[in-house]
Amino acid sequence: MKTLEELKKIREEAANKINLRTAKNGYRIVVGMATCGITAGARPVLAAFVDQVAAKHLDNVTVTQVGCIGECAVEPIVEVYDTEGNRTIYAEVHEPDVETIINEHIMGGKVVIEKTIEVIKSKKEEVL
Amino acid sequence: MLLRAQVLVCGGTGCLSSKSKQIKEAFVENIKALGLDNEIQVIQTGCFGLCERGPIVIVYPDQTFYSHVAVEDVPKICSEHLLKGRIYEPKAYKEATADELAKIKSFGEVGFYNKQLRIALRNCGVINPFDINEAIGKNAYQALGKCLTEYTPVEVIDIIKKSGLRGRGGGGFPTGLKWELCAKNHADQKYVICNADEGDPGAFMDRSVLEGDPHSVIEAMAIAGYAIGATMGYVYIRAEYPVAVERLEFAIKQAREYGLLGKDIFGSGFDFDIDVRLGAGAFVCGEETALIASIEGERGMPRNKPPFPALKGLWGKPTIINNVETLANVPVIILNGWEWFSSIGTEKSKGTKVFALGGKIKNTGLVEIPMGTTLREVIYDIGGGCPNGKAFKAVQTGGPSGGCLTAKHLDTPIDYDNLTALGSMMGSGGMIVMDENNCMVDVARFFLDFTVDESCGKCTPCREGTKRMLEILNKIIHGQGTLEDITALEELAHMIKDSSLCGLGQSAPNPVLSTLANFRDEYIAHVVDKKCPAGVCKALLTYVVTDACIGCTKCKRNCPADAITGEVRQKHYIDPTKCIKCGSCIQGCPKGAIIVK
Repeated sequence: MKTLEELKKIREEAANKINLRTAKNGYRIVVGMATCGITAGARPVLAAFVDQVAAKHLDNVTVTQVGCIGECAVEPIVEVYDTEGNRTIYAEVHEPDVETIINEHIMGGKVVIEKTIEVIKSKKEEVL
Repeated sequence: MLLRAQVLVCGGTGCLSSKSKQIKEAFVENIKALGLDNEIQVIQTGCFGLCERGPIVIVYPDQTFYSHVAVEDVPKICSEHLLKGRIYEPKAYKEATADELAKIKSFGEVGFYNKQLRIALRNCGVINPFDINEAIGKNAYQALGKCLTEYTPVEVIDIIKKSGLRGRGGGGFPTGLKWELCAKNHADQKYVICNADEGDPGAFMDRSVLEGDPHSVIEAMAIAGYAIGATMGYVYIRAEYPVAVERLEFAIKQAREYGLLGKDIFGSGFDFDIDVRLGAGAFVCGEETALIASIEGERGMPRNKPPFPALKGLWGKPTIINNVETLANVPVIILNGWEWFSSIGTEKSKGTKVFALGGKIKNTGLVEIPMGTTLREVIYDIGGGCPNGKAFKAVQTGGPSGGCLTAKHLDTPIDYDNLTALGSMMGSGGMIVMDENNCMVDVARFFLDFTVDESCGKCTPCREGTKRMLEILNKIIHGQGTLEDITALEELAHMIKDSSLCGLGQSAPNPVLSTLANFRDEYIAHVVDKKCPAGVCKALLTYVVTDACIGCTKCKRNCPADAITGEVRQKHYIDPTKCIKCGSCIQGCPKGAIIVK
């Protein structure tokens, strides 16, 4: 290494890896990963969130997992907490929905109404 | 898939000795077995600081803090937390401070940490010390680059001078001034030495910095070399720190491979390299002239100053010697500016200080606090106070060179000058807390015993004087002391302080003098009443059976010295001439009928 630019390049690459270890104060995306969630396909959803957050350089966003959120019938469930602690619960989230949630909610600040648990559940009741 | 979680396992010496290496391996194995190895990474880091709760594991990004982790817990943590996302509660950390709340805390919420300000320890427990990329990700070598490309050596010295940084190894000499004095002396060769000969009993901050973040020290040495015009540096470290030595040597090798040490660093024309020199662990080699002698292959003994090392140091060349913790502060000062650093701390003591908190305290470990924090905040808010509801009695700072402070000093803001004014010193940062069950005469004897052992023997006051002081203390502890002994002890102490050659001898009487100043009544109790109020000095204790005795004969059967007599259902009697004060009678007594006077 002979230049500061080279050092800067290494730093940026490594910082991405270490970023996971710094406290963040932005959105917090929580994926329900109990047995029910995993069976319903929560794992690829979690992976998609991690990928999207990194690809879009959303350094202030935390993606993490929790256990059973409770409504097993509409898993995979994803919760989004904003900085004020407001909670939005999304249900039946699958891989294609991840990008929509990231783009509209996390980056745009607008809740994706049609994927919220309330809407999903009322749709189900209509069918019944 | 990208990493979604990282498991950080503490790899400081403390946790390593409680099998943290095996814990790390178990995590790797279990994560692999669950098929999560491409999304979760396991990293062994340096010391997290809360050694009392070790081995410690932190899971990111949720910052879950697991304490007292055993190898057997790993499969559960993996299957519950890492696979299913449920915190494994039995091992999740629950706070142990004054306001005991049995609530699970994440790393960011733990009171032990959030009252600290970690500058020297900024990367300890955060990065993998074997991975230079992680250190660079945390800004390592940025400051060196900045110095070499933007600042002249004079400007670098000016920044360090203005920051107010003072030596963290004991003396508290202004670092920038030390560099300036050396820079002014012209010579064909100069040297930078890092003093990693940490010898205070109980202090381990330098070890932790080298184990957790060796690149911060390497970078700072190169900056110092640039500032004073040296091309060669040595780290003098004790061989009894094998983990630190291994990580430091590995880091030096990596820095060389990256061109961050060696010829023409950052194309600036500046050359600098570092070598490691192992010491045999003599306390006196922390003294700079003794340290230099030891590196030169001579017997580690101090010499008269002046000439100071800044003029005539290693192999007669101008040399600066800085302690590990001091150096660890340097890169951050360059990056954040001297204004930032000097805004932290008190008027004459800037920045932070790391203390090794030990003794009768709930949260044993390594804490870094801004100068000016009070002893009370450190001992109660961070340390959690004395365990088992015992009353606080004294705190010893500065190790064998320091002194004891009492409850009335608890609200003193910690800085160099305040501690010195109270008859103690900052020293390298040992902080040992004592409760009502500690005998202060015994504490003074412990430290003096250490200095007698470690005295190099070159000058008479230290070699002979400390030995005589120890003899007097032993006499007092065995109940044979007189009031004249106390006077003689004080007289000797002052004489040794005034006439010893180096810092070791000059400060060796401090533990005695400060306990005499603050706990004179305890000394008097030992020599006049022949009692040890704290119940520590065995020779001064008498075991007595009270009327609560029911004559069960248990103590009689337990006594290894046949000192107890008495018939069944009759009160028993302990013969003080036969009693060896082992305490086994007390342990066995069902009625608590045996007391110590």
